[in-house]
Amino acid sequence: MNLLEIIRFALRGLTINRMRTGLTTLGIMIGVMSVIILIAVGNGSAKQVQSSLDRLGTNSIQIRSGARGFGGGGFQSASRRNSASSAKQLTIADTKALMNPIDAADIKQVSPIMNANSTCVNGSSTSTPSTFSGVWPTYFEAANTKVVKGSYFNDDDVTQGRRVAVIGNTTATELFGSDNPVGQTVKCGGIPFTIIGTTEVKGSSGFQDGDSLFIAPITAIQNSITGYVGLSSIIVEAKSSKVTDAAQTEIQTILDARHGVTNANSRDYQTFNQASLLTTSASNSKVFTVLLGAVAAISLLVGGIGITNIMLVTVVERTREIGIRKAIGAPKRIILAQFLIEATILSLVGGLMGVLGGFIGSQFTILGVKPAIVPMSVFLAFGVSILIGVFFGGYPASRAASLRPIEALRHE
Amino acid sequence: MTHTVIDVRNAVKQYGAGQSAIFALADVSIQIESGEYVAIMGPSGSGKSTLMNIMGALDNLTSGEYFLDGIEISSMDEDALSIVRGRKIGFIFQSFNLIPRTTAIANVELPLAYQGIKSAERKMRATKALEVVGLADRMDHEPTELSGGQQQRVAVARALATRPSLLLADEPTGALDSKSTHDLLDLFDQINAAGRTVVVITHENDVADRAKRIIRMRDGKIISDEINAKKAS
Repeated sequence: MNLLEIIRFALRGLTINRMRTGLTTLGIMIGVMSVIILIAVGNGSAKQVQSSLDRLGTNSIQIRSGARGFGGGGFQSASRRNSASSAKQLTIADTKALMNPIDAADIKQVSPIMNANSTCVNGSSTSTPSTFSGVWPTYFEAANTKVVKGSYFNDDDVTQGRRVAVIGNTTATELFGSDNPVGQTVKCGGIPFTIIGTTEVKGSSGFQDGDSLFIAPITAIQNSITGYVGLSSIIVEAKSSKVTDAAQTEIQTILDARHGVTNANSRDYQTFNQASLLTTSASNSKVFTVLLGAVAAISLLVGGIGITNIMLVTVVERTREIGIRKAIGAPKRIILAQFLIEATILSLVGGLMGVLGGFIGSQFTILGVKPAIVPMSVFLAFGVSILIGVFFGGYPASRAASLRPIEALRHE
Repeated sequence: MTHTVIDVRNAVKQYGAGQSAIFALADVSIQIESGEYVAIMGPSGSGKSTLMNIMGALDNLTSGEYFLDGIEISSMDEDALSIVRGRKIGFIFQSFNLIPRTTAIANVELPLAYQGIKSAERKMRATKALEVVGLADRMDHEPTELSGGQQQRVAVARALATRPSLLLADEPTGALDSKSTHDLLDLFDQINAAGRTVVVITHENDVADRAKRIIRMRDGKIISDEINAKKAS
């Protein structure tokens, strides 16, 4: 009796109860599909976070004024607020102090940032950029912002306090529609600015639209909008992503000396290192992926229990048939092979359909995340589903095939 | 030239143990020669079905020996037993025991398939066997589409297809009407006339009357074993 014939027996066995065969296959399919899709979503979101951080530039460090734990309630932060009120604000002098090639050997360049909230108007169109900042030209490289149309402003524009600006794609569209914004003039807070360039599309990163952007020389912003108050922040670009930690230490040494900080816990400014942010968010999204994977594994397990259950029922229901087959001379191994092949076909077809479904499902954007398939998860889900099917289909079948024919025949 | 096909010696089949032990077979010995037509009779619980299952290698003995064609069955392994069941014995059950949702011809082909016979020859032999039992026109019907008598004839065809030397029938007419019973018994006469050994279990006298030898059992023992006077020639 050859394999082909046993396969034909198995197929006949499967077609006897089409409904049950179909439902079992569906169970496996959903299990495999959910593992693939959920892990792809986890992986996709990790990649998304990564790329949005990459856009910010991994070499950059941000310095913001204010003590750590800002905004928290309770006794501790109240005492900190007291110390913060006496704290010094970040200044242009602080910024210049960081441009010291000896004390700050790992720093490539710095730029002060002066943030404002302002609404810009062009005729009847208005726009309130989520980032409205006055900076030095060094900002563009440090913040990884590129001008693709028009030009950057230069040091001379800063010195002269010229009211020129570079805007992001969202802001440009809101103000000028499809017109070329370069060379046009808008009024922001009543002050006219000439647009000299637009930046490369960054896309949105989480809550913030990276293209809702208005960048002007810091002097122009201070002269016309914010006045000469303390800086919002300072952006620092380290010489490479490897030395960002060293650069951070240099910043702290210089600023601690300038601000008279003696204790690292009572600093009146904070530093944000993109590289360490990246590490944190990467490990966060790893946790997310593991969590999704666990949920998916449970659904695969449930699918597996479904197969097990169906296989047990099938074999018990067909114990009498196994008895008949043995009574007319079927060897144990052929009976076993038939049931094993039935189980394999079920889990193979279900698994393949699940993989197909997983690939199709991963083409869609789910909850704002573009899923990215992890090849390992495909093999894992597929392999586990087949193992479950073969083991739990094979075990009860082997038990039934070992019975004496008369015991199997008496089974009702 | 005859030889001993079935040789059961001091067969004991015990169910349960100790006080509650029940002896379905209590020291039964029986010899059946090739070409015989034997009816085993007895009330229910007399052990006749147990004896039949032992003879068909479907069950094993608690103690005693069973030689089939001179070979001790209890010493055989699972694979050898499946060959014995498939080639030497044709077994017919009271409840037909056809594979459900499978056509008559596929049912008849099944034991041949397990012997590794090629599809074309299998089909030919199965068709022939179905012709012998008069069901050539019902080959593609499933068991549920056949009457009890027809199902039993399919079962006979299945038992004959492997050309066994021994045909065992356990109350083959128990679920049949008198017309079907008559047809089936005629078939058994034919099979026996062709030289095959036939053993039939029954509690109906008119079934037993067709046999050449009648064995009566009660409480796991043989109480009589005689030549059927009506058939003796």
